[in-house]
Amino acid sequence: MHESFLVYRQFKHLKLALALCLVAIILYIWHPFHDAAESRNGGTWLGYALGGIGAAIIFWLTWFGARKRSYKASSRLQGWLSAHVYLGASLIIIATLHTGFQFGWNVHTLAYVLMLAVIASGFYGIYAYARLPALMTANRAGETLQSMLDEIAALDREAIATADVISAKVHEITVRSVERTTVGGNFLTQLRGASQTENLENIEQQLEEMHTQLTTADPLASDIEEGKTMMVMAHQLSTARGGEQVSRVRQLLDLLTRKKALVERVRKDIRYKATMDFWLYIHVPITFALLAALITHIICVFLYW
Amino acid sequence: MTDEHFKIAIVGSGPGGMSAAAHAAELGVSHVLLESSAHLSYTIFRYQKGKHVMDEPAVLPLRSPLQFTAGTREAILGKWDEGIEQKGTRVLFQNEVTSIEGEKGNFILKTSANRTLTAEYVILGIGVQGNLRKLGVPGQEAPFVQYQLDDPDEYEDETIVVVGAGDAAIENAVGLAKQNSVIIVNRKDEFARAKQGNLDLILKCIDDEVLECMYSTTPERIEPKDPLKNGGKPGLFILNTPDGEAEVPCDRIIARLGGSPPRRFVEATGVEFPSAEPSAVPAVSPQYESNVPGLYIIGALAGYPLIKQCMNQGYEVVEFIEGRNVEPADEPLLWKKFNKLPGVSSVTDALGRVIANVPVLSGLTPLQLREFMLDSEVLTPAAGDYVFKYNDYTTSFFSILEGEVQIQINPDDPSQLIPLRQGQFFGEMSLISGRRRSATVIAGAGCVLIETPRRSMNKLIASVESAKRTIDETFLMRAIQAQVAPDTPIEELSDLVHTATIETFNANDILFKEGEPGDSLHLIRVGSVTASRNIGDREVVMAYIPAGHYVGEMALLSDAPRSATIRAAVRTETVRLEGASFKALMNRSARLRRQVEGKIQEHISRDIEMSSQPDTGDVISFLVQQGLGEATDVLLIDESLCIRCDQCEKACAETHQGTSRLDREAGPTFASVHVPTSCRHCEHPHCMKDCPADSIHRASNGEVYIDEKCIGCGNCQRNCPYGVIQMAQTQEHEFNLFSWLLFGKGAAPGQKKADKSAGGDASKKAVKCDMCKDLKGGPACVRACPTGATLRVLPEDFLKLSSAGSA
Repeated sequence: MHESFLVYRQFKHLKLALALCLVAIILYIWHPFHDAAESRNGGTWLGYALGGIGAAIIFWLTWFGARKRSYKASSRLQGWLSAHVYLGASLIIIATLHTGFQFGWNVHTLAYVLMLAVIASGFYGIYAYARLPALMTANRAGETLQSMLDEIAALDREAIATADVISAKVHEITVRSVERTTVGGNFLTQLRGASQTENLENIEQQLEEMHTQLTTADPLASDIEEGKTMMVMAHQLSTARGGEQVSRVRQLLDLLTRKKALVERVRKDIRYKATMDFWLYIHVPITFALLAALITHIICVFLYW
Repeated sequence: MTDEHFKIAIVGSGPGGMSAAAHAAELGVSHVLLESSAHLSYTIFRYQKGKHVMDEPAVLPLRSPLQFTAGTREAILGKWDEGIEQKGTRVLFQNEVTSIEGEKGNFILKTSANRTLTAEYVILGIGVQGNLRKLGVPGQEAPFVQYQLDDPDEYEDETIVVVGAGDAAIENAVGLAKQNSVIIVNRKDEFARAKQGNLDLILKCIDDEVLECMYSTTPERIEPKDPLKNGGKPGLFILNTPDGEAEVPCDRIIARLGGSPPRRFVEATGVEFPSAEPSAVPAVSPQYESNVPGLYIIGALAGYPLIKQCMNQGYEVVEFIEGRNVEPADEPLLWKKFNKLPGVSSVTDALGRVIANVPVLSGLTPLQLREFMLDSEVLTPAAGDYVFKYNDYTTSFFSILEGEVQIQINPDDPSQLIPLRQGQFFGEMSLISGRRRSATVIAGAGCVLIETPRRSMNKLIASVESAKRTIDETFLMRAIQAQVAPDTPIEELSDLVHTATIETFNANDILFKEGEPGDSLHLIRVGSVTASRNIGDREVVMAYIPAGHYVGEMALLSDAPRSATIRAAVRTETVRLEGASFKALMNRSARLRRQVEGKIQEHISRDIEMSSQPDTGDVISFLVQQGLGEATDVLLIDESLCIRCDQCEKACAETHQGTSRLDREAGPTFASVHVPTSCRHCEHPHCMKDCPADSIHRASNGEVYIDEKCIGCGNCQRNCPYGVIQMAQTQEHEFNLFSWLLFGKGAAPGQKKADKSAGGDASKKAVKCDMCKDLKGGPACVRACPTGATLRVLPEDFLKLSSAGSA
């Protein structure tokens, strides 16, 4: 029922773009370049034609940003995006033929390189749009970001309450771990989906040990290392009311494990979203750089004609 | 001992009594207005602060020396105080009438302030709200017990027990729960009396632990306590719960148990009630006189709850007492409707003709008929005009007052016509099923029609039993003919129709189960169902079947057990036809048999296809669970294409006064199909049910929209089971890309401008999706989606329906 922008109207715009490229290639091959003095470059009639078409396409593609925000337009934006993608890709052929394969360290080649960079970032965008939405849905598993965050907060509260009953020390490290759990952050952190769970793993490890201690160790054995507060406490507690304490530690461990999994999912979610967004931060600024270079290029060639 | 003598004593200063007193004052008739409280119109005085008061029915002219137009409680009360003062009305406040004795010409009234008055005539306008039900337990008058609540925001950080299960109790409890700890006490085990919207609201609040509910609990007694020894609470509420007695320390008890006619008082005056029901009101003559001569009853106590009606009655009753006959206030309005009819000399004459010519309306009382006609239009279309066309999305009801119409029953063959004559009616199919028109209707020669809007028709069906019966019977006959046996003449169907019964199913109820013997056929008249089969221990949904189709014919034809389970997707009404008479009919008509066989073949091939792709069935059952069974148009997002850019929301906000009417992220997802929180334009819109301003309508293409008459009461928001209506301030802001991009001026697209008006709740109105009916190119959310992830579809298309039912 749904139709992706790539297949929009049975690849109407792909066909259009391919036809355009084909015509350009045929003309390029067919073009006699008869005059030996006239080399293959943008100065031939074909060069002007290709350059004109290319520039027109670039300006039109840039207009997409404005079209995207004109919400009263009666056509579907999907069609525009489809055309944007395929006509944008066709520029690789059209602009390359326009250069006549003459490159150099000048503003003309700069415009060409910037254009390729914009197109490359666009290709990455297509890849991200095609792949990430499904991954994001799978990762969400029917929840919203807010509901996951709420759940984390609830788990934190429960963990702190449980830890409080276990011992002051455990309470303290649990609180510290809660305070240190962060999601989101600056853009790079979001993109990395950086894991800051070391601290969490640390308590988990301690609790695991404590748990083993409580369940297996002889309460009277004195092979507990000096200075390991947790172990001392575990020892003391296990001698006092072992069974109950074991189940509390188990419970806290479960809570922390569940929380860890959730935090991971939230970070993944943020990472996917950031990945879908970030390429635009490259695509759009380079587009403006391209526009500047392109206008300079056009003025130059006409000025120094 | 008599203090004073008057011609007219008016008891109760509600809108009716006040209007009567002011009119008597302006006529110079000796009068007195007796009010038990210290304020005029105490019921309205006790309304929540700033409450918007309606002036329904809008078309009815006001006939009173006092002013009244829709507005805030404060403005209206101010006008009334002013008017009463200006007319020199004589009011005795804090004089509750305790007894009325005597007879016409010499009534003796005693009041709580120990006054005794005599009057020739008495007008009783005491309403029902003055008689609030009390808790009826020891301590019910303690200072922290109240039976009214003006403003829930007045209380903070209190423990409040709300007693009651009606709308007022629910609204109060939920309102208070924002800032207080609230316990609602319900005598029963469910909230059966509440409106659907309030029911959903309270159940959700209980689920979310916003407040606590004690079911099957009755108050035992209330004890005032020393707060210091009672956890800081001044009262202790002792309750009888199913688990024994419970003690609840609380700051406040609010009992909302409703009002009823103060029967004992009224009966003591000699007035009789027609029935023993607590809600029954005394019968009055067209001049509002009760069975006690000289004692008149107006307003809610006589069964007229609307303010404007009451005020008009107050004026009229004084005129009647003065011996003048006034024509009803709606006379000129009705005359305007009827005067184009040839040979009609007066409204009475015209109404008489309606009663004589249209059997479905003959059971109405004259007052009901007047009200009905006020809402209706009289149409005189020229011969050959279309009344409505096949697939139109209108829901009004037509009665033929004179002449005839032709019905094109087959959209593919316009020459197939069935005539309907004077006295018959049409349009009931769409009225009942909420679906598009099933036929085209063309006016015949000399045709006069009464067109009645859906709301008034539903009111009639609900209140006049004979009208309901006639419409139901006709619906049955026509539906059976149209959908089961279009080629069989009506006469041959009578056996089948006689066995027909109407059955109602709630969502998820089972009509019949796979494997059961098949003894009947169900024609779905309201709602929709799913057909499912057990495949490898799993129930797989095979099809979704909307109103207008039938299910159950398969088992009838072959005598095999039911081949599928049919389950109601939403509240569904079916016409159940007995198998034996259906078989008899099939045996008589080879054509019908062939037709049914053809349908069964279709279903079998569909079932085979569906069994090979059980996932499709899962998607269907998911969508049906999301309420798509009652949708006419739904927004679906394919999450595998959705890049979460929120362009849909931005586009919606930009084209709809700054508020997006859809919430993309909210709502459930199955496989990759996401149902965002957005209007489904239900067949029977829940939002329309209870709109006091009548501002929710269905446009001809099916869009359900709210017009500018909205008063912001929030009923529709509460009634919508899908949470797609919001209360919002509308703000116009033109988004300008370049001033935003280059100069940072204005809000970014889809971002609301900061609210400068800060008018509070009062200026908020209900907003919802209108499917961009006024925009070129269709819904903005779909147009603005860059990747094609959003789609608005008819559920039928999406659910890949077969043409009819199965099993």
